[in-house]
Amino acid sequence: MTLQEAENAIVEEFSMYEEWLDKYEYLIELGKSLTDYPDSAKTDDKLIKGCQSRVWLDYKVEDGKIFFNADSDAIITKGIISLLIGLYSGRTANEILSSDFSVVEKIGLKENLSPTRANGLVSMIAKIREIAYGTEGLV
Amino acid sequence: MRVCARVSMTFMARIEEIRSLFPALSRKVYGKDLVYFDNAATSQRPQSVIDMWTKITSESNANIHRAVHRLADEATQAYEQARDSVRDFINAISREEIIFTSGTTAALNLVAFSFGEAFVKEGDEIVVTEAEHHSNIVPWQMMCKRKGAVLKVLPVDDSGHLRTEMLDEILSDKTRIMAVTHISNVLGLINPVKEIIEKCHASGIPVLIDGAQGVVHSKVDVQDLDCDFYVFSGHKLYAATGTGVLYGKKELLDEMPPYMGGGEMVGTVSFEETTYAPLPMKFEAGTQNFASAATLKSAIEFTNLLNDNELVDKLDKIRDYLLDYLRSDERITLYGVPRGTNEEKIPLFSFTVKGIHHEDLALILDKMGIAVRSGQMCAEPLMTRFGVTGMLRVSLAPYNTLEEAEYFIRCLDKAIKMLQ
Repeated sequence: MTLQEAENAIVEEFSMYEEWLDKYEYLIELGKSLTDYPDSAKTDDKLIKGCQSRVWLDYKVEDGKIFFNADSDAIITKGIISLLIGLYSGRTANEILSSDFSVVEKIGLKENLSPTRANGLVSMIAKIREIAYGTEGLV
Repeated sequence: MRVCARVSMTFMARIEEIRSLFPALSRKVYGKDLVYFDNAATSQRPQSVIDMWTKITSESNANIHRAVHRLADEATQAYEQARDSVRDFINAISREEIIFTSGTTAALNLVAFSFGEAFVKEGDEIVVTEAEHHSNIVPWQMMCKRKGAVLKVLPVDDSGHLRTEMLDEILSDKTRIMAVTHISNVLGLINPVKEIIEKCHASGIPVLIDGAQGVVHSKVDVQDLDCDFYVFSGHKLYAATGTGVLYGKKELLDEMPPYMGGGEMVGTVSFEETTYAPLPMKFEAGTQNFASAATLKSAIEFTNLLNDNELVDKLDKIRDYLLDYLRSDERITLYGVPRGTNEEKIPLFSFTVKGIHHEDLALILDKMGIAVRSGQMCAEPLMTRFGVTGMLRVSLAPYNTLEEAEYFIRCLDKAIKMLQ
């Protein structure tokens, strides 16, 4: 699936939920599915600044693709980062940088979550893009 | 029975009437009725306050204290009447002791700077408490750094009460001032400020009271308290944002140099020498936020209206209901727990839920129409004291109802179950 197709699939998935609480249920489940982030990688340099809760984002580059891993002490935030990872992990830097990240607006996350600096959605996206920029020359 | 029912119907009608005076309270969020439980951050504004601001801005907009024309006179009158209202409200001796600021934070910065300039030297000590808002810590820290003074801290115990028995060892002959909150914005416990003031005064130490929450939830009489400074915000007391009050004893304010220089705070100005205006103008440099400050008069009238036995009784009942629930639910840890009677506490509850992040709860409650606060509440040292990264806080005002509190408890339970 191309990145664009994956983004469209998420938009479609979210459109099934009319109630915001159902969208949260979905994010909570996504958050719970993210389980393999090691405690040893919960270091300050992997913390994303600008979130009310703590979010760690780590990555590795294999065969020209960037693989992300993340954790958070808040489950909805973890669901959001899990959703982002699901979209952007295993892609090349070019693929990631070609995305306008409008998916978060289309599913209403930006409008409903980011004004409160609470979950640092903007910071998470900025970090993913920063990592992609940083590895662009390497892949 | 019938009489009771009629009384309660009348009372309910009265609550509805009061609520109808606040435009924001009738709005919906995400299609649900708004339950506004973030009153400790800022209260909603009644129509009378909005009208006052609009009237000054639309009809009497002119810079105060300067010109002789009609509009300037009206604006000045409205501003100075608000000062009289505040004086009367906290029972200060004179209107010169009432300084308008942009809020509690500005008032605290003013005192920390000007008091520091006048009275603090190297090696002196300033005492604050562990329960303070950042606004009552950082300005003192900045002043201590500038003056080479030392900041000392009175701790709280596990229930959130100030350890006043430690005052004897913390106060010394080097202590220049003690700054303490009347009611912590996290713990909601009414501190024994009168006892602290007496203790400090016995050693000749002046006391500043941070009344940001205190002035909303208790009748403040600065002469009875005998505090040296009392500071609060207007916007937590139904007035417009950008309003605040510094009350200070005249003899101290007279000794303190101005915090800011500028227009209207001067006597005569030349390039060699400037003399300052008398109180209160000495501390009100530049064009003031006069349209907002004027709303303090309407806000105080409103506060007085709400301060009757029937309404106080109703709010006490809601407090008791929430307190009982939050103390007894084993999933919940409440911070700021009364040791004696419930009267020690205002309807403000900060808590954590085992295994669940405060932010998750706040996000879900928001979508249920309930506005609460989550995070450190500008009191990081207190969060550290209790070993948490943040808390969830609900804070009520007289316009909140028992039905809202019951709805909140149902939603909280639902949110916890969703997140477990």
